[in-house]
This record gives sequence, structure tokens and C-alpha cells, in this order.
Amino acid sequence: MLKELLTSQIIAHAFIGGAIVAVVAGCVGYFLVLRAQAFAAEAFTDIGFAGATGAALLGVESLAGMIILSLLAAAGLGILGNRVRGRDVEIGMVLCFALGLGVLFLSIYSRTSALHSLSGINILFGSMLTINSKDILLAFASCATAVGALSIVHRPLLFASVDPAGAEARGVPMRALSAAFLAILALTTAACVLLVGILLTASLLIAPAAAAVNLTNRPARAVALSVATAVGVTWLGLVLTFAGTIRHLPAGFYISALAALTYGASLVLRKRFRTMRAFEYPHADRETG
Amino acid sequence: MRAEPDGMERLPVFLRNVRIGFGGRAIQDEMTFTIEDGEFIAVLGPNGAGKTTLLKLLLGLVQPETGEVRIFGRKPRRGNPEIGYAPQFRTLDTNFAVRARDLVGFGLDGHRWGPGFPSRKRRMLVDQVLEEVRASEYADVAVGELSGGEKQRLSLAQVLIANPGLVLLDEPLASLDIASAHEIISLVGRLCVSRKVAVMLVTHDINPLLQHVNRVLYLANGRCAIGSPETVITRETLSSLYNHPVDVVEAMGKKFVLGVET
Repeated sequence: MLKELLTSQIIAHAFIGGAIVAVVAGCVGYFLVLRAQAFAAEAFTDIGFAGATGAALLGVESLAGMIILSLLAAAGLGILGNRVRGRDVEIGMVLCFALGLGVLFLSIYSRTSALHSLSGINILFGSMLTINSKDILLAFASCATAVGALSIVHRPLLFASVDPAGAEARGVPMRALSAAFLAILALTTAACVLLVGILLTASLLIAPAAAAVNLTNRPARAVALSVATAVGVTWLGLVLTFAGTIRHLPAGFYISALAALTYGASLVLRKRFRTMRAFEYPHADRETG
Repeated sequence: MRAEPDGMERLPVFLRNVRIGFGGRAIQDEMTFTIEDGEFIAVLGPNGAGKTTLLKLLLGLVQPETGEVRIFGRKPRRGNPEIGYAPQFRTLDTNFAVRARDLVGFGLDGHRWGPGFPSRKRRMLVDQVLEEVRASEYADVAVGELSGGEKQRLSLAQVLIANPGLVLLDEPLASLDIASAHEIISLVGRLCVSRKVAVMLVTHDINPLLQHVNRVLYLANGRCAIGSPETVITRETLSSLYNHPVDVVEAMGKKFVLGVET
């Protein structure tokens, strides 16, 4: 009886935590994909890993460690250039170094006990079965902040991401906006890594949004589709984990595989979409004069 | 030095004895001209003559070293809502994430903060300006699927939706085929009349514009000349501007400037 209750609560936490992550990742991911900064998100998750293991070593709250390191990285990227687009060499180096630091912290930390070693694995690949209600509250607060900030900057951010020259001409503060978005991204990745680990965070940030952008050219619809896909993929992955015939396959595998599949499907569907458009507008050059 | 009648200073553009420089070197000296409401001006001149710098001066991004600049009677300032500026380089080629109408809508509220909800009035405004530039047909098509000429129309619509009194177009005809260029030019000409908006259009080739512009502003060699194409694009005016012999040849209804690199 007690065991059953415990199990069901674990499951409920996994579903709630997964939904929080999926919603925020779906929203932030849309802008991430438009700005071609997917690689930066990858770097932030690895930096988050270093922050979390470093914090564990120091005995500090791991979310705090992740947020501090990610925000520092955001500031660094912001100083590097007003657009992170194409900054792949710098980001790649930071990413590897952060992962290396994380491994160092983890190896020192895990020497103290076997349990500690497991918690490091959880940060990397996520165990959605260890989410507790404090994690959920913390993550919810961070994600709500991120979505709130995004709702304030979304119009200039979209303008700046899609039509940078036009936005600059209209007086949109490009540098400040870029820095603000990186800060939102840092906060998002930190909160998501806390709940589901770096693998799922990166996968939920990138795949659903990229799939949505392939399927529609309406911004509002794309964000809605991206969020819906992220939540759908997460919950379906959890259902498969808990109820699948082959049990004990990690949720991280299911969810990341489903996310990749969704993106693949969107590529196929996009081809059909575009061909239809091309048929409707056989020669885009035809003028109406 | 205040003697100008008030009316003159209220004009879209008023420049007197303006000197603009870059790194100690004068790009333009003694610029004096005015532009009136609804005027269509072509801005010509070789590379480095100061065409883009002049636009930046009007936009408040560059300060004059000396002289007086007025935009509708006021000093140039950044983010001036009375000026619509369409920059030269646009990276919209591969963009499938937004529709033509979204791009135009940016001109209305793309710079505003806060949540912002779609409204019927907003949609109507976007539809109206799309109609005005004859882009209604592809209002819902992804920007990445449109041709260069179609994108130029959207660029124009994005600027016009904010209702500016002065529009600055930096090389809108670059990389357009002749037919599309002609259509953009006659569209701009019509808008000057219907909206009473003053337009300064930077270009390398005056020929497609000859029948449409009111005046030509020719920048070269640190100086400028302004007037009708017939008076400015002549052997005498250009030779004195460049300070060396230049010839203008007319053939097939077009003007060709010889003896300079344009």
C-alpha cells in the first residue's frame, strides 16, 4: 500500500516536472531556433552541469550553482558578440571546458559515497523518478520568471531575430536584447537541468521548436505547436517508461528518441508543405504591378 | 545665424553649411539643400562619396562637424518616428518562420515591449499597407519564398506602416532585375504623391529613375549638387563637381557618365 502510494507520487512528480520543463523549453526553444543558437543552449546545459556538480561539492543548492555559472556564461557570450550566431568555435571550447570541469567536480564528489556518484549521473542524463516537490517548486518559480521575461521582450526579440537590419533601423536595442535572451536561456536551462538533466533539456529545447518552425510560418502558432509537441513527447516518453512492455528503459532515452522522431517527421511534412506552396505560387517573381 | 523663415525649417530635410567627416577626413563639406514634402529624390554618387553617411546624419547616428541640420524643424535624433529607414542589407533569404504580414507588422509594434495581443485594428492596418504596396496576394506566404522584388515591397510596407513623413531607402534596387526595379520605382513615385511623403532613394544607376524623380542629389569629391536630372547630370555640373573632365553621353534614352568610376 505504502509502496504503491510512493510510486504514484513519484509518477505524479515526473509528469508535473516534465510538463513544466516542456512548456518553458517549447517557448524559449522557438526563439533559440530562430536565432540559430541551438549550440549555445547545448553549452549552457553543460555549464549547468559544471555548476550543479560544483555546488554539490561545496554543499550549496545545486540550482543556485547552475544559475550562477549559466548567467556568468551568458554575460561572457554577451560580451563576445551582440549575436551569438556562428560563434561556434568559442562556444565549442567553453562547452568542452565546462563538461571537463563538471567531470572533475563529479569525480571528487563521488569519492565520498556511491549515492553521490548516482546524483551526478542524474544531472547528466536525468532521472525523472527522483524529482521531489521542492525541486518542482524551485523549477516552477524559475520557469515562470523565464516565461514572464520572454513575454515582455517577445516582440522586439522576434523582430531582431528575423529581420536584424530592420529592427536596428527601428531602434531596437540589439545588444541588450541579445543579452536578455541569453539570461532567459541561462535561467531556463538551469531550471530544466535540475529536473530532467542536460540530455533532455537540450533535446526538449531544440527538437520541438525546430519541428514547429518547419510546420508553420505563423509565430504564435509555432510557439503553441512547439509547447504542445514538447509536452506530448515528454508525457508519451513517461508513459512508455512506466507502462511499456520492456520496462526499466530510461525515460531520457524514450523522450529524446521521440523528440528526434518528431523533428524527422516534420522534415518530411515540410517538404510536402513547400511543394504545395510552390504549386500555388509557381513563379514567385511574377509581379502584380 | 537665424534668419531663415520658419516655413523653410519645417521642411522634411533642411541642411545648411553642413560638414560631415570620418576619422578627420571630410566626406562632405558645405552641404546646403532642402527637401520638400512629397518630393522624390535620387541620391547618386561614387562609392565613399558619403551617401550612406548622409542617411546616418539624418537618422541622428552621425553628428555634423559643422552646420545646421533639421528634420521637420527639429534636430536629428535616434529612433525618430518621422523617418522611415529601409537599410540596404537584409538577411531574410532563408526565413520561413514568418509570413509577409508578420514582417510588415514589425514596422508597427515590433519595437514595443510587453505582451501585446493581436487586434482587429492591427490586422486592418497591416492589410491596408499591404494593399498599398500591392502585396496582398502573398500576405500569408513565408518571407523566404518571396522574390527580391516582393521583399522590397514588404520592406517599403514595413516602413510606411509607421506613417513617416520622410522615407530613406538605401539601395533598394540593388540585386533586382530591371522589371522589378521599374515596378518598385513607380510604386515609390505613386506613394510620394498619394502620401505626400518625401523619399530619398540611394542608387547607383539613375536611368530607371529618370522619368520618376523630382530631383537628383549627386555627391562626389566631398561636394554635392542638387537639381533636376537635366541640370545635374550634365558635362558641366559633373565636371565641376569631380574637378576633372567628365562627359555625359545620351543614348537610347539613357544617360551614361564617362570618365569616372560610379
